[in-house]
Amino acid sequence: MAKSKPVVIHGGTLVDAASDRDGAFDLLIEEGKIAAIEKPGVLTSKVEADHLDAQGQWVMPGCVDLHVHLREPGEEWKETIQTGAEAAALGGYTSICCMPNTKPANDSPEVTRFILEKAKAAGASRVLPIGAISMDRKGQQLAPYHELAKAGCVAFSDDGDPVADAGLMRRALEWCLMLGLPLSCHEEDRNLSCGGCMNESPLSLRLGLKGFPGVAEDVMIARDIELARFTKGKVHICHVSTARGVELIRRAKNDGINITCEVAPHHLLLNECCVETYDTSYKMMPPLKGDEDIAGLIEGLKDGTVDAIASDHAPHHADSKLVEFSRATVGILGLQTSLPLLMEMSAQGIISRTRMVDLLSSGPCRSFGLDYGTLKIGRDADVIVVDPSRTWTFSSDEIRSKSKNSPFIGRTLTGQAAHTFVGGRHVVSNGLLVSDRGEAAAANSR
Amino acid sequence: MVDHLLGIQGLSKSEIYRYLDTAHSFVEVSERDIKKVPTLRGKTIVNIFFEPSTRTLASFDIAGKRLSADTINVSIGSSSVKKGETLLDTVRTLESMKPDVLVMRHSESGAPHFAARCLANTSVVNAGDGQHEHPTQALLDLLTIRQHFKGRGIEGLKVGYVGDVRHSRVARSSVWANLALGNEVRLIGPNTLVPEDFARGTFGEGKVQVFDKLEAGLEGLDVVVALRMQLERQEEHFVPNLDEYSREYCISEGLLSKVAPNSIVIHPGPMNRGTEIASDVADGPRSLIRQQVTNGVAVRMAVLYLLARTVESVEEVGHG
Repeated sequence: MAKSKPVVIHGGTLVDAASDRDGAFDLLIEEGKIAAIEKPGVLTSKVEADHLDAQGQWVMPGCVDLHVHLREPGEEWKETIQTGAEAAALGGYTSICCMPNTKPANDSPEVTRFILEKAKAAGASRVLPIGAISMDRKGQQLAPYHELAKAGCVAFSDDGDPVADAGLMRRALEWCLMLGLPLSCHEEDRNLSCGGCMNESPLSLRLGLKGFPGVAEDVMIARDIELARFTKGKVHICHVSTARGVELIRRAKNDGINITCEVAPHHLLLNECCVETYDTSYKMMPPLKGDEDIAGLIEGLKDGTVDAIASDHAPHHADSKLVEFSRATVGILGLQTSLPLLMEMSAQGIISRTRMVDLLSSGPCRSFGLDYGTLKIGRDADVIVVDPSRTWTFSSDEIRSKSKNSPFIGRTLTGQAAHTFVGGRHVVSNGLLVSDRGEAAAANSR
Repeated sequence: MVDHLLGIQGLSKSEIYRYLDTAHSFVEVSERDIKKVPTLRGKTIVNIFFEPSTRTLASFDIAGKRLSADTINVSIGSSSVKKGETLLDTVRTLESMKPDVLVMRHSESGAPHFAARCLANTSVVNAGDGQHEHPTQALLDLLTIRQHFKGRGIEGLKVGYVGDVRHSRVARSSVWANLALGNEVRLIGPNTLVPEDFARGTFGEGKVQVFDKLEAGLEGLDVVVALRMQLERQEEHFVPNLDEYSREYCISEGLLSKVAPNSIVIHPGPMNRGTEIASDVADGPRSLIRQQVTNGVAVRMAVLYLLARTVESVEEVGHG
């Protein structure tokens, strides 16, 4: 690989939660690594480097998403590793962890290697595969964790389906403890959720839609807390959506249990009332909640109980949403909206700027034990330059994903990643993919 | 811009009275020797039922025919879903044949609302969607009650719904209607089928009262609405078994004459005698169940008329 030119990002405000920096610093990227962080002016004399003016912008560690669905292999009409990794880069994500519910499921090193090869060819954000907890995610037989880890899996999950069998969950925790890797758990007791397609509430009774009670999530969180206590294994709770769930995790952390958790932006910003007109673009799993649960989630963001924001990026073809509410697919896109939505929450004073950066970068890395998510000398240069004042309307034209299922289409957002560096590679420049510019230039020269 | 009737929620008192007044004027048509008026001549009504139905389908079909509309009944079992055509494609296909009204019954809540959003030139009438609404049933209940309470009117009544409110679209539509009229509404049944949440905002905060004891709930009611109790509720663990249910919640003449002696009883049908309603009530003097079915035709004539009429048809019948 040709040696790329060093880059000096100067004039911006550097915000990094892990190193507790929030101020004027310049940053040097050299040979894919962060080579220097200095007070303004020190690096400007580096004549052999490209200079990127970040005046008025924020320089942050690239965001890390612990929970995305890239649909490849098997459902390439919804998303591919290429389009997903590109959407990630445009959204300010430098690493994304992809869930194993592909076809076939990621329960073998062949699938893991396939994903990594595709991701490398995509040349956008780094893709970190999550292996299945059980073979074919059926909850009956353990997946080969060591083999998957050697192939490149960073965590294990049966996301989309809960691990119903507590005995299997126990053994999975014990095996993964030997690897030091977390189990990322979709928490749902199917006997309680019972096919519910929205939050169980006075509103679900009014709409006549089957309710999914919050307790279906809570009892499984409680179970896995006790299994983590018992096995000393590492549990990460996916897309927590209830106040009670946050409280259980808070107590578990106080007890010293090895547990982390993530929350999705839509569970913070959208209320269950959004489904009042049977609009399937608001159909999620877990379903959108009421004000009390949302308040509990926000409390968890503020006091540190919540470790990470994860988008649960879930591309679906439009046809699967243009049906009766109860029959529609669940989930929405998230990679290109999470950062601006979190910036919105920060601008409103709900969380501080450094906490926002923590939730999007160092927090996720802490949860999965990843070596990214901070701006430290010697680390891979996963850096984004964010324009905090750019106001833009999210439209389907902006969506890089193959699917366009986002309830945030039409929403005015403030803040966007202007530049994304992945391991020092300049993947997004001035809000556009560098690879697109290459193609455009080639087209012009033809 | 076409009108729809998708639910009772959101209708004002005057809109409800407009349907009832119109229905009242159509009652007489069904009592004639020649049960037909030319009002909707040349109009096409498609009754599309994605769920089996006998009485509602027959009622809509008869209503359309008595207004001289051309009615077509399309019954699509759940098998067609397996064949692969989506609801969207089905309703758009039908719309291409230029019907004036699409009367839709569907097993999924919100399906007619979805259809109405997708159609440009066809009125949609909800003939029952999942566990959500069944507006014409609520209107025919009110018409029946109104005929009974001729002198005093239908406002200021105490109305109680007994049984499986959770799964009842009839109850939801009827509750909205009675709340619009300012009536007192009680929901009576075991907490698995009548959860406290109903009082906490389903119909607005504190708008309805919830009772888990039958006798206390029935006390002083003017109108008792018995709801159908289905066997499958036992399999889903909502009730231990139907015997346990009926011992606690079956409406009997003995109980009514004790706590609500002047009450009338209605039931949307089909009834499970001995489960939710005793035969001495169903067949007794306070039962208006047969009138409900008769009034169903008049109410559906009114709904079809109000949605599909044109200027000429207004002149012919003289309604404004």
